[in-house]
Amino acid sequence: MTETMVQLVDVVLLVLLAITGIAVIRTRNLFVAVMLAGIYSLLSAGLFVVMDAVDVAFTEAAVGAGISTVLMLGTLALVGYKESAPTHKPILPLFVVLVTGGILVYGTAEIPPFGGADNPAHKHVAAHYIHDSEEEIGHIPNVVTSVLGSYRGYDTMGETAVIFTAMVGVLLLLSRGPLPKRIFHAGQWHTVKAGTTREDMVAKFGGDAGPDETVKDGPARTEGGADG
Amino acid sequence: MDDRVILRIGTKILSPFILIFALYVQFHGDYGPGGGFQAGVIFAAAFVLYALVFGLGNAIKVMPPKVAYICGAMGVVIYLGVGYLSMFRGGEFLNYSYLFDPEHDPTHGQHYGIIGIELGVLVTVFGVMVALFYAFAGRRRIDT
Repeated sequence: MTETMVQLVDVVLLVLLAITGIAVIRTRNLFVAVMLAGIYSLLSAGLFVVMDAVDVAFTEAAVGAGISTVLMLGTLALVGYKESAPTHKPILPLFVVLVTGGILVYGTAEIPPFGGADNPAHKHVAAHYIHDSEEEIGHIPNVVTSVLGSYRGYDTMGETAVIFTAMVGVLLLLSRGPLPKRIFHAGQWHTVKAGTTREDMVAKFGGDAGPDETVKDGPARTEGGADG
Repeated sequence: MDDRVILRIGTKILSPFILIFALYVQFHGDYGPGGGFQAGVIFAAAFVLYALVFGLGNAIKVMPPKVAYICGAMGVVIYLGVGYLSMFRGGEFLNYSYLFDPEHDPTHGQHYGIIGIELGVLVTVFGVMVALFYAFAGRRRIDT
């Protein structure tokens, strides 16, 4: 690709990105907003490809446009598609956004030119990775894999642990968990028989059983309420 | 009977290819873009697609939530296992050069070490993505 072609693609992608961003802000339909956010991710992935960061683009397309869109849709199925009307004036948020954006744009003045060989990022360890990884790590042509897997093995281990922690957190907050062994309802304890479904529990015990909590607080066992 | 024929048949045809593509991304990560993280997401996407088309109940029969939770934890164990293995072989934690015998070419250790930890990342990301999807999709709608 020639230089002008690259710039043309950049401009088209950035314009589409800006249009999508404004559309996300303006729409009051959350379903539309989620789909547009997925398109936003896909456009960013395109930009990453233009910048030769294919690994990042891959992740952005798979996670940003794929999985997180599905998770957002799953959330919308729970909370509904309508955004409630704003309860406050948008002046203060607008001010904060404009100031932050202004600072970021001001900061770009100091950023070294894109792809410059003398950029600080290329002066530190990157040269070592590109030059010596063949000898140190072996024949792995994708240096990104060598860096992520071996040179920065601790970082990737931390990331894996963070992903695992995310699962634990979400499960603690959202998961329904196993059914309780016994439940306190209408002043006494009931043993939950094997084979009872959650729907049976809700039908029998109403709010005490559902939808998500386990055993409600009842009197202490020693007070004779326990049947176990 | 469900009449979304194109969706159902399309999903059935696509699913195995998505899974194979995930494995391609996994094992081709040494040579091109890709790796454990992307492969795990794509692998999970096949199950998410299945759940979206055939319903959560059928998906849970194919892939019980418990298996997803165990995968999410096992990947971290695999990753740490590779690290500890290289430690017990005389190197530092996560220094894969020591995975094989001392007279062996250390780059072989590096190569297999990276394959090992990428496998760990794949398993964790796959398990977590499926578990997250189940956690969101398994809840009932809250009507206020």
